Amino acid sequence: MVPLSWYIILSAVLFCIGVFGFLARRNMIVMFISIELMLNAVNISLVAFSHYLQQVTGQILVFFVITVAAAEAAIGLAILIAYYKNNPTVKADDASLMKG
Amino acid sequence: MTLVQGFFIYFAVAMTVLALLVVTRKSPMHSVLWMLAFFFHTAGLYLFLNAEFLAAAQIIVYAGAIMVLFIFVIMLLNLKKEETERKLQKHWVAGLVVSLVLMAAMVKILSGITVLPPLGEYSIQFVQLQGNLMTIGKVLYTQYLLPFEIASVVLLVAIIGAVVLAKKRIL
Amino acid sequence: MIKYTLIPLLPLIAFVINILFGRNYIRDKAHWVAIPAIVGSLLLAISAFFDVAGGNVININVYDWIVSGDFNVSAGLMIDQLTAIMLLVVTICGTLIFIYSVGYMHGDEGYYRFFAYLCLFIFSMLVLVMGNNFLVMYFGWEAVGLCSYFLIGFWFNKKSAGDAGKKAFIVNRFGDFGFGLGVILIFLTFGTLDFVGVFGQAGSFAGQTINFLGWEVDLVTLICLLLFCGAVGKSAQLPLHVWLPDAMEGPTPVSALIHAATMVTAGVFMVARCNPLFIESPIAMNTVAIVGGVTAIFAATIALVQNDIKRVIAYSTVSQLGYMFLALGVGAFSAGVFHLYTHAFFKALLFLASGSVIHALHNEQDMRNMGGLKKYMPITYAVFIIGTLSITGIFPFAGFFSKDEILWRAFLAGDMGKFLWLLGTIAALLTSFYSWRLIFMTFHGDFRGTSEQEHHLHESPKVITVPLMILAVGAVAAGWVGIPPLFMEHGDKIGEFLAPVLGHPSGHGTHAQEWFVVGISSLVAVLGGIVAYVMYVKKTDIAGKIASAFKPVHALLYNKYYVDELYDTTLIQPVMKASDKVILGFIDKTIIEGIVNGIPNVIGVFSRKLRTIQTGVFGSYGLAMTVGALCIIGYLFFQR
Repeated sequence: MVPLSWYIILSAVLFCIGVFGFLARRNMIVMFISIELMLNAVNISLVAFSHYLQQVTGQILVFFVITVAAAEAAIGLAILIAYYKNNPTVKADDASLMKG
Repeated sequence: MTLVQGFFIYFAVAMTVLALLVVTRKSPMHSVLWMLAFFFHTAGLYLFLNAEFLAAAQIIVYAGAIMVLFIFVIMLLNLKKEETERKLQKHWVAGLVVSLVLMAAMVKILSGITVLPPLGEYSIQFVQLQGNLMTIGKVLYTQYLLPFEIASVVLLVAIIGAVVLAKKRIL
Repeated sequence: MIKYTLIPLLPLIAFVINILFGRNYIRDKAHWVAIPAIVGSLLLAISAFFDVAGGNVININVYDWIVSGDFNVSAGLMIDQLTAIMLLVVTICGTLIFIYSVGYMHGDEGYYRFFAYLCLFIFSMLVLVMGNNFLVMYFGWEAVGLCSYFLIGFWFNKKSAGDAGKKAFIVNRFGDFGFGLGVILIFLTFGTLDFVGVFGQAGSFAGQTINFLGWEVDLVTLICLLLFCGAVGKSAQLPLHVWLPDAMEGPTPVSALIHAATMVTAGVFMVARCNPLFIESPIAMNTVAIVGGVTAIFAATIALVQNDIKRVIAYSTVSQLGYMFLALGVGAFSAGVFHLYTHAFFKALLFLASGSVIHALHNEQDMRNMGGLKKYMPITYAVFIIGTLSITGIFPFAGFFSKDEILWRAFLAGDMGKFLWLLGTIAALLTSFYSWRLIFMTFHGDFRGTSEQEHHLHESPKVITVPLMILAVGAVAAGWVGIPPLFMEHGDKIGEFLAPVLGHPSGHGTHAQEWFVVGISSLVAVLGGIVAYVMYVKKTDIAGKIASAFKPVHALLYNKYYVDELYDTTLIQPVMKASDKVILGFIDKTIIEGIVNGIPNVIGVFSRKLRTIQTGVFGSYGLAMTVGALCIIGYLFFQR
């Protein structure tokens, strides 16, 4: 039998890889993918809890997270395209119009 | 080490490696393809956890829809010259340190979980008897009906928003 | 009853329409808005008058204005006998003067503005007289002051007009400050501001004292004196009279309506309205009487030697207001209000007639440049004569009855009353002299102006002369509602009408005494006229000789007792210097500007440092966010 903590630690490790990807990469598309990675990592822990606690709520929550992820990807990529039209680059550190 | 544990270790190692590949590939197209593989592994892990519906949803929504969207966008944008430039931001070392510290903290804290709340009514036998889809459906359409409807509105807003943002000019 | 709220509202609506649309749309048709409004108010006022005469006192609360704890004030209207008289005075004079203004202000670029302000003034004045509590009255009180300021400075590109407006406003502040304190003290004492509530309790507070700046003073006396402060300012009594003569910088219809017939009498109205309070305080009553009597003679002496036609009438107004206060002070409230009512007619008449003269001479106001206008302006001359007969108190013109009533009541009021009667009689003599002097200098002799002016001399148009003739009828007949019992039993209709509000005057005298008073006052009226006739028609050199013989006296009077100069050196200059040196130089430039400039400078220094954090690159924001989340995790972890 696999202990619950294994799933949780796997989830934490994947989440932090996602965080690293988001913080380190320049390419905005990859940053988006890293966000998806983080969401997935959280989903894993939610499903694991759901299974081990014999509750169905965790799975419902994952369902909603998938919904939000889909919406987020759609909007985010639309913003990306709109941005790219004005400023043909996807480099995150080139977008500094809001510099104080 | 049981067979189940062996499978889990395979999945864990494979997913970690895939995740690292996703965040380290220079070409976003490669990242997306590795991500696809990662999603399939995630779906497999869900099957271990008796979440058949979510495994299916994972593949349909993530692999089928979201990743395709990403691929479309990458193909839409001409990113040839991006691949020749450096791929990491200036502060990437700081990002690495922060994520490592975060990982250490989370592993330290989460592995210490010992006390669990009382178990719920949805035991494995119960779910198997009723069917996974039926179980989720019953809860989703009764207890979580309002959030479900709101989620549909969120998706609608996302559709409209995406159209508005991507269109050259409205009206 | 609720229709009577339209009495003030109609002029307000006319004001709003004129001020919003006058500049671009209405322009020189402004009177088509204003005159129907005032005529509507007049008709309603007449209706209200008959309602009141039938015994109904109208008291309506339109809505709750302020409800805060114990402090309840409603915007309410009350029409009792006193208010009914005031309503008639305001709306009748207002209507005639509005019509007159159509001719007088014709072609002025601020035509719409003039009518807008006049409407606002009428609204404010009606609120003042119709309020059923002190706060509504105070609102009207301040609002008429504001309109007065607008209208004195109506020709604002003339510096003297702007200065006069400011002077009127600032001098009135002194009085209004006292009035405001009085209202507050009334609320603290009586716990209400309603006239009914306050006057009902007035008797029970008589004799109570209050600690004021370390002295024990009589509460009711203090209230009355504070209220009287306001009346002194508004009605231009000593020592706050200085603004009224300068207010003649405004257009003549304004002088007639605001600075003669209505607004300046607000002080008289207010004291009469508060008669239940004043009666409880003999000190306050005596103060009112003495201030009134001294002002009456003081202003009359100044008027003797002034050469500006409007200023003479202005000082005459101050003097007549003094008469009214004299009457109030000796307890003859209805006599004071009666004089207010007759005065409104003949003084508006005199002002408008002088406006007609000024109009004909193209804004010439100096009487030394007039003369001989009799044959050019017969109607103006005739009405001027009627107004003068009325103000000097010749039987049976309106002024005779009211002035005589005042003098008679003063005569009856004890020893001090005799003294006040003497003051009043001397003032009557002086009034007669300067009024006739004005007529003789203006209308008799030869024309002394330029030949160009002479060439253009003409009688004013109908729109000006018709209101004059109507007012002349008023100046003759207005007094017939107050015929003393000496001539006719039950002739004093107005006194009986006002008795429910103002009470019956005390004191009784014999017929012989009354004949004596009447005789003396008629005698001095005629005497003043004869002296003026001799000095300014028969032997025109006498005036100059007397002036040079009594040079110091003449200079003193000609310079208005140097009151303006006195205020200038004792008050205005020190305040100006102090504000220049201390307030501007130190407080404003050093402290305020130091703070105002210092804070942004400090913030600027910090923000220039801080804003480097705002890189605009969202990767660094993500990093900061993650570090923050880590810190929270660390805190929660180590906290346990």
